[in-house]
Amino acid sequence: MHKDLNWAIGGEAGDGIDSTGKIFAQALSRAGRHVFTSKDFASRIRGGYTAYKVRTSVDRVESVVDRLDILIALTQRTVDENLDELHEGSVIIYDGERTTMQDLEIPEGMIGLDVPLKSLAEDAGGAIMRNVVALGVACEVASFPIENLDESLEKRFGDKGTAIVDNNKEAARLGQEYVEETYDHAFEYELETTDNDYVLLNGDEAIGMGALAAGCRFYAGYPITPATDVMEYLTGRIERYGGSVIQAEDELSAINLALGAARAGARAMTATSGPGIDLMTETFGLVATTETPLVICDVMRSGPSTGMPTKQEQGDLNQLLYGGHGEVPRFVVAPTTVAECFHKTIEAFNLAEKYQLPVYVTSDLSLAVTEQTFAPEEFDMDEVEIERGNLVEPGDVESWQNDQGQFQPHYPTEDGISPRTLPGTAGGAHMTTGLEHDELGRRTEDTDVRIDQVDKRSRKVETAVEREQWDYREFGDADSDVLLISWGSNEGAIREAMEFLDDDGVSVRFLSCSYMFPRADLSEEIESAEEVIVVECNAGGQFADLLEHDTLSRVDRINKYNGVRFKADELASEIKDVLATGAEVTA
Amino acid sequence: MSSDVRFTDFKSDKQPTWCPGCGDFGTMNGMMKALAETGNDPDNTFIVAGIGCSGKIGTYMHSYALHGVHGRALPVGIGVKAANPELEVMVAGGDGDGYSIGVGHFIHAVRRNMDITYVVMDNRIYGLTKGQFSPTSREDFETSTSPEGPKQAPVNPLALALAAGGTFIAQSFSSDAQRHAEIVKRAVEHDGFGFVNVYSPCVTFNDVDTYDYFRDSLVDLGEDEDHDPTDYDQATEAILDSDAEYQGVIYQDEESASYNEAHGLTENMADIPDGAPEDAMDLVREFY
Ligand SMILES: Cc1ncc(C[n+]2csc(CCOP(=O)(O)OP(=O)(O)O)c2C)c(N)n1
Ligand code: SF4
Ligand SMILES: [Mg+2]
Repeated sequence: MHKDLNWAIGGEAGDGIDSTGKIFAQALSRAGRHVFTSKDFASRIRGGYTAYKVRTSVDRVESVVDRLDILIALTQRTVDENLDELHEGSVIIYDGERTTMQDLEIPEGMIGLDVPLKSLAEDAGGAIMRNVVALGVACEVASFPIENLDESLEKRFGDKGTAIVDNNKEAARLGQEYVEETYDHAFEYELETTDNDYVLLNGDEAIGMGALAAGCRFYAGYPITPATDVMEYLTGRIERYGGSVIQAEDELSAINLALGAARAGARAMTATSGPGIDLMTETFGLVATTETPLVICDVMRSGPSTGMPTKQEQGDLNQLLYGGHGEVPRFVVAPTTVAECFHKTIEAFNLAEKYQLPVYVTSDLSLAVTEQTFAPEEFDMDEVEIERGNLVEPGDVESWQNDQGQFQPHYPTEDGISPRTLPGTAGGAHMTTGLEHDELGRRTEDTDVRIDQVDKRSRKVETAVEREQWDYREFGDADSDVLLISWGSNEGAIREAMEFLDDDGVSVRFLSCSYMFPRADLSEEIESAEEVIVVECNAGGQFADLLEHDTLSRVDRINKYNGVRFKADELASEIKDVLATGAEVTA
Repeated sequence: MSSDVRFTDFKSDKQPTWCPGCGDFGTMNGMMKALAETGNDPDNTFIVAGIGCSGKIGTYMHSYALHGVHGRALPVGIGVKAANPELEVMVAGGDGDGYSIGVGHFIHAVRRNMDITYVVMDNRIYGLTKGQFSPTSREDFETSTSPEGPKQAPVNPLALALAAGGTFIAQSFSSDAQRHAEIVKRAVEHDGFGFVNVYSPCVTFNDVDTYDYFRDSLVDLGEDEDHDPTDYDQATEAILDSDAEYQGVIYQDEESASYNEAHGLTENMADIPDGAPEDAMDLVREFY
């Protein structure tokens, strides 16, 4: 007998699958059970199979498994799509009165519960409640007290009035009673409840909530799966804190709107997915070279191009690390769980302002569509600290002016971090530009100034590498010869996989990485393991490439970036210098 | 804001590298006058400049400013204003910047009606890239990339703005210094998106749309007592008139709410506490 139960409702897009699934997930969460949800969906609005899956246990659940115990099937296709997950003893709930379901054949060994969902819903007040009838059936099958459903029905339908809520409660009970009376079957499931209080949220909501906690006041975005939930979460909430969401005409605009708000001093953010990141890349270098703090979320989905918009992939890592022409300092952070989406978003805002550069927060479809339970303390708002970096107080402006009283927004300080004044601050007026500029923010092609500014921008990154923690989360057996490394959302699946492995006597050490750049140096860990396996959701192994790159033996380097091409004689002498000293050379 | 601001306070110490005689000198002077005369000073003003000869204006003026990427100046300006409505925001760029690569943003900026000013320095040519045709170039205007003319109709920016629901649509001529400054000033004062298309001749690459041409052909609606800018039909007629070009405030809708007003944007979003908002645990509780 498994400790966890896997439940799903499936049908056509437009059948209310998501909201029904969410009601059940919420009921479980309120009953003190852990929940981990996932979705199978196609991007068409109507037509096409879609399913909402819930895995629940009194213990934490961190991933999905290939086992389905109870399935509410609104269509034949729902059964077909899930045949590989259904097993002997699985319960399939369906409405045999539905013409398309009359010929449903219940696979050998499984239990079919034919319940007149629609008719019972009509008895309760309307056919529209058919899915809720099915939820009542599921409660009976899982021995889950139906009262737990009531609260989430109230939450879902409360704003439609008590009559609607009552009808829904009635619908659920009719379903439950029908099974009780009609099927004399002792189901093997028994969903315990506990006194624990959990909150249930998905990765996009966690990013949005993290943004609000971090003082984000401006969001601009253009709708795209699976990032839209971030914008929808913020809309209606950010206003409570004096902020605003602008739905832009495209992502070119979205990032520029956010850039403008950030220049005015707001903590600003935009979120998108691959195709939008491509467009935003145009402005990315501008954000970086003007040293503007900005948080950009990439909720990854399957690429390239429009790819598989509703499918999972971690394929954007290279784009985030290297996208954009020229050399652009940036940070890339990849939260590893839904809760981490919250924490890393807050951290991203602090990093952006402390180091005055763009920070990518990258999650993915699997985090975005997973609703997961957490103890509310995991989102402790008292712990949130806001660090705004070198924001110059009105009284200190003069100390950052040159001898002609001009403010120097790109002053090349020792740690590379320049002073920042917000518009409206007297004496702080300055320009900045995407052209290479001097310390005043004015265009220049002077070779020395160019070098100063490039160096200053990379010094910020060096400073950050020194001052901040860029560590990994470690799990498993620290002494194991087998080292698993992964990044982003795979953490939960790997941790559960380790339990399976453990049962088979295989112990592993697992490093879960959320910092992509800057990142931890894993040379020692990799060196000391006999077998190193890098796990990621893409074909090419982009993170694996990075790690291999990080642990390669070093080459010597000659670099030149003052705007003048290599000259043969100069180059020859530099090569000789390298050979003589082994040191890196900067022309 | 101090009352003793002079327009030269908006001048930076960088000498413009525009060709002698370029229309952009006059356009910039008018902008500085308009800003000073409306009680602004460099510390409360934010200028966003596009890319082009015109875009260099951000460097030659003194204020808070950002010189962005080609075509995207408007969204930056809108973001600045949304975040801090106290600031005076002026966006400036060329006809290529605004009506070609940035035309999508132009239309949506007009629709949004954010309370900012947009000055397009329209020389009917790509100046910075040395003389290719622009979206406002005449059909038969010969350039390096249109040896026989572009053979496509020029856009009518005023009509675009009208169709997109513009609330302030004006046109001026950089060498008519006084009128130009006056018109930009009214755009600044307008409570909404103040759009001014400024004829700002390129003396180097455009020998058709010259000072003489505009001087001879422009009709000043300010001198026409019968022109009522709040009259939509009159404005439409002037804007769609293919036989004449007009200078002045052609259309103004003083009734429509600006974006700031419609969306209740009044706060300076830069002011945030040093921790999460006080009631932030409510956000968590919503997920019970
Ligand atoms: C993405 C991109 N494409 C092309 C260019 C090259 N470019 C710079 S300015 C310009 C056109 C400028 O024309 P306009 O906006 O009319 O400004 P003007 O120079 O006439 O004032 C072009 C095509 C660029 N900077 N960025
Ligand atoms: S090329 Fe034309 S637009 Fe550019 S500075 Fe010279 S005159 Fe002005
Ligand atoms: Mg031009």
